[in-house]
Amino acid sequence: MFANLAEKLQNTLRKLRGKGKLSEKDVDLALREIRLALLEADVNFKVVKEFVEEIRERAVGEEVRQSLTPGQQVVKIVHEELTALMGREQSKINLAGSPAVIMLAGLQGSGKTTTAVKLAVELSHGGRKPLLAAADTYRPGAAEQLQVLGDSAGLPCYRNDGASPVQICREAVRFAAREGYDPVILDTAGRLHLDAAMMDELKEIKAQLKPAELLLVVDAMTGQDAVNVASSFHEALGLTGVILTKLDGDTRGGAALSVRAVTGCPIKFAGVGEKLDALEPFHPERMASRILGMGDLLTLIEKAEAGFDQQKARKLEQKLRRQEFTLDDFREQLQQIQQIGSMEEILAMLPAAQLPKELRRLQVDEKQFQRIEAVIASMTPAERNNPAIINSSRRRRIARGSGTTVQDVNRLLTQFSQMQRLFKQMGSLEKKGFKNIGKGKRGFPFF
Amino acid sequence: MNLVERFKAGLARSKEGFLRHLDLLFSGGELNDDFYEALEEALILGDVGVEASLKLVEQLRLEVSRRKIRERNQAKEILMQEITAMLNGAEEPVKPDGEPLVILLIGVNGSGKTTTAAKLAYRYRREGNEVLLVAGDTFRAAAIEQLQIWAERAGVALIRQQPGSDPSAVFYDALNAARARQVDVVIGDTAGRLHTKVNLMEELKKINRVIGRVQPGAPHRVLLVIDATTGHNGIAQAARFNEAVPVTGLVLTKLDGTARGGIVVGMQDTLKVPVCYVGVGEKLEDLLPFEAADFARALLA
Ligand SMILES: Nc1nc2c(ncn2[C@@H]2O[C@H](COP(=O)(O)OP(=O)(O)OP(=O)(O)O)[C@@H](O)[C@H]2O)c(=O)[nH]1
Ligand SMILES: Nc1nc2c(ncn2[C@@H]2O[C@H](COP(=O)(O)OP(=O)(O)OP(=O)(O)O)[C@@H](O)[C@H]2O)c(=O)[nH]1
Ligand SMILES: [Mg+2]
Ligand SMILES: [Mg+2]
Repeated sequence: MFANLAEKLQNTLRKLRGKGKLSEKDVDLALREIRLALLEADVNFKVVKEFVEEIRERAVGEEVRQSLTPGQQVVKIVHEELTALMGREQSKINLAGSPAVIMLAGLQGSGKTTTAVKLAVELSHGGRKPLLAAADTYRPGAAEQLQVLGDSAGLPCYRNDGASPVQICREAVRFAAREGYDPVILDTAGRLHLDAAMMDELKEIKAQLKPAELLLVVDAMTGQDAVNVASSFHEALGLTGVILTKLDGDTRGGAALSVRAVTGCPIKFAGVGEKLDALEPFHPERMASRILGMGDLLTLIEKAEAGFDQQKARKLEQKLRRQEFTLDDFREQLQQIQQIGSMEEILAMLPAAQLPKELRRLQVDEKQFQRIEAVIASMTPAERNNPAIINSSRRRRIARGSGTTVQDVNRLLTQFSQMQRLFKQMGSLEKKGFKNIGKGKRGFPFF
Repeated sequence: MNLVERFKAGLARSKEGFLRHLDLLFSGGELNDDFYEALEEALILGDVGVEASLKLVEQLRLEVSRRKIRERNQAKEILMQEITAMLNGAEEPVKPDGEPLVILLIGVNGSGKTTTAAKLAYRYRREGNEVLLVAGDTFRAAAIEQLQIWAERAGVALIRQQPGSDPSAVFYDALNAARARQVDVVIGDTAGRLHTKVNLMEELKKINRVIGRVQPGAPHRVLLVIDATTGHNGIAQAARFNEAVPVTGLVLTKLDGTARGGIVVGMQDTLKVPVCYVGVGEKLEDLLPFEAADFARALLA
C-alpha cells in the first residue's frame, strides 16, 4: 500500500513539479489518494477528512513541489504528521495510590481479561505485587478465565462470584491493602457504550475506587465504529489511556488514530498475541507506518537483531564476500530466522505491497524448514561444501536418508544456487554504495 | 487549540456536513455528484469498505443512466436491492437422513463464537431437536467452562475433554457420541484464531478433516463468526478462513451496538455466501435470522 500510495501520488504530482501555483483540482487529486489510503486502513471517515485538511497546505507546499520524488515526499509528510498525532511513546502506568488501582474497560471481546493479566505480569516483572480482581459477573466463566490465567502466571486473583461488581472491586482493594498487594487490576465485563445501566456501573466503580489509570481496551481490527466507542467511553468515564489488542494479525489498525483523535489519550500498550508475555509498549512511529501500509520493519529489525549472533554474522559476511557460502551456512541461517519468529510473523511485519506477489500470498509451511534441514543433514560434509558434486545417485541417497523425495532435494539445490547468484549481485550492489538495513549491521542476506 | 479540541471542532463541522449529506440522501432531488458522494460516505461509514463502496456506487451510476432514472429515492432503492441480493439466500440446510447435522463455528479471537454456539443450540433445541454442543476450544483459559455454563442454560448436552487436549480428538469423540445417541444437531465451538497464524489454520483444517472422516459430508455448515465492529480486516479474514475450511455462511454478531457491520458486503467478493444470523445481545434468545433488506436500509440510513 505504501508503495502503492507513493506511486499514485507520484503520478498525480509529477505534472505539478515546477509549476508556480497549483490548481485546486490538482491538490484535491493528491489528497484524495491519501484519503483513500487512510480509509482503507480503517481510520474513521471524519477523522480522515479532518486530518487531510490539516495537512493540505504542507502536502502541496514548496518542499513537495521542489522535490524530484513528490509522491514519496508527500508520503513522508503524511507519515510525520500521523506520527505526531499518535503522540509520544508513553507506556508508563500511573501507580499513584496505595494500593494503586488500574481499571480496564471496553466492548465485549476486545481483550480486557487477557490484557489485565498481561499487565499484571508486566508489572510483577517490574517488582510489583499485583492483584487481579474479577469484576465481570456477567459473562459465563469470566472469573474462572481470569483466575486460570492468573494461576498460570503465579499471580493472585480476587473473586467473590456472588457479589456485585462494585462490591468485588471494593473488597479486592481492601484485601490488597491488608495483604500488601499493589496495584489492583480490575477486569470489568465487556459492555456496549449504548448500555446506560452498564456504563453507570463503571462510573460507580470509578467513583468509589478512584483508579489511577482507567484504560480502554480496543480491538485493533475495529473499523469506523472506533470513534463512537472511544468518545462515549471517554465522555462517560474520563479515560487515562488506551490499550490496542490483536495487533499480531494483519490489520492496518487505523482505529489507533481514530481513538487517539477523539480522546486525546495516549495509547500505552499493544497486545500482540494470546500469550501472557505478548504485550508491548506502543510505538507511534511504527503505528503510523503500519497504517500507511509500510509494514512494521522496525519491529522486525529489532527482533532480528535480538536473535542474531554478531560474531557469526561477521563470519558469514566474510564468506559471502568471498563467495564461500555453503549449505552448512544456509542451514544455520534458517535456524537463526526461525529464532526471530515464525515465518508468518516475519511476513506480517513486512510491507505487503513491496513484497513480490508470490510472497505476499505465501502460506509458509514451517514443515518446509524441517524438510530442508533434514535434506542438508543427510549430506556428507564434502557435499555440503561443494554441492556441485551431488549427482543423481547422491540425490537419491540424500532423499532416502532424509525421508524426502528427489524432487525435494532438487528444489533445495536449485534454490541454493539461485541464492548464491543473488549474493553475487548483492556484493556488487554494495560496492555501488547500497547499505544493508539494520543500523549498519551486516550479514542479512534474507532481508 | 490542542489536538482533541482541534478534532472535536473538526468533527462537529463534519457532523454538520454529514447531516447535510443525509438530507441529500433522503430528500428527493436530482441525481448529482453530491448525492453519489453522500452514498459513498454512508457506505464507508458503515464499514462496507472502500473498494466495495466505490464499486457499488459506480455500478449504481451505470444502472441509473441505463434505466434513465431521475429520482434519488429510486436510485437508492436500486442500491438497496443490490446489497440485499448480495447478502440474501440463507436457507436451512436439509438434515441428513439418520445422521446429525454438523455445524462448525470459526472466527478470530473474541468475535462471539462460543456465545453464538450456545444461542444456536438453544434455537435448535426449541425447534424440538436433540442438540449436542462440542467444546472444541481447548486452548483459551476457561473456554470449556464458559461453554459448559451455556450448555446448562440452553438445556443441551456437551462433549468436552481436558484443557489442552487435541481439538480434533474432541470432535472425533463428539461425532461418534452424536451418532450413538442419535442426536439431531451437533454444534462445534472452536478456539479463536487470527487468520494469519499458519499453525492455527492448519489445526482448523485438521478438525475439518477429522469431522469429515467420521461422518462423510460433514460439517454441513461452516459459519464464520464476524464482529460487527470489524473494519477492512474482515476481507482478509474471509479469504483466509475460506481457504482453510470452505465457509458456508456468516454470523454477524454484536449488531446491538452502533456498528453497522457493513464489512459483510465487502466479504461477499470472496465468499459469496449468505449471512445466516445476526447476534443482537448476550442472552440465549439474542440470535435472529438475518434480514438482508432491513440491513441494507440501515446501512444507508
Ligand atoms: N491474537 C490475539 N488475541 C488476543 C489478544 N488479546 C486478547 N486476545 C484473545 O481475544 C479473545 C478475547 O479476549 P478476552 O481477554 O477474553 O476479552 P474480553 O475483553 O475480556 O472479553 P469479554 O470479557 O467477553 O468482554 C481471547 O481469545 C483472547 O485470547 C491479542 O493481543 N492478540
Ligand atoms: N452485545 C453483544 N455481545 C455479544 C454478542 N455475541 C457475543 N457477545 C459477547 O462478546 C464477548 C465474546 O464472546 P465469545 O462468545 O466468548 O467470543 P468467542 O469468539 O468465543 O471468543 P474466543 O473464544 O476468545 O475467541 C462475550 O462477552 C459475549 O457475551 C452479541 O451479539 N451482542
Ligand atoms: Mg473478559
Ligand atoms: Mg470462544
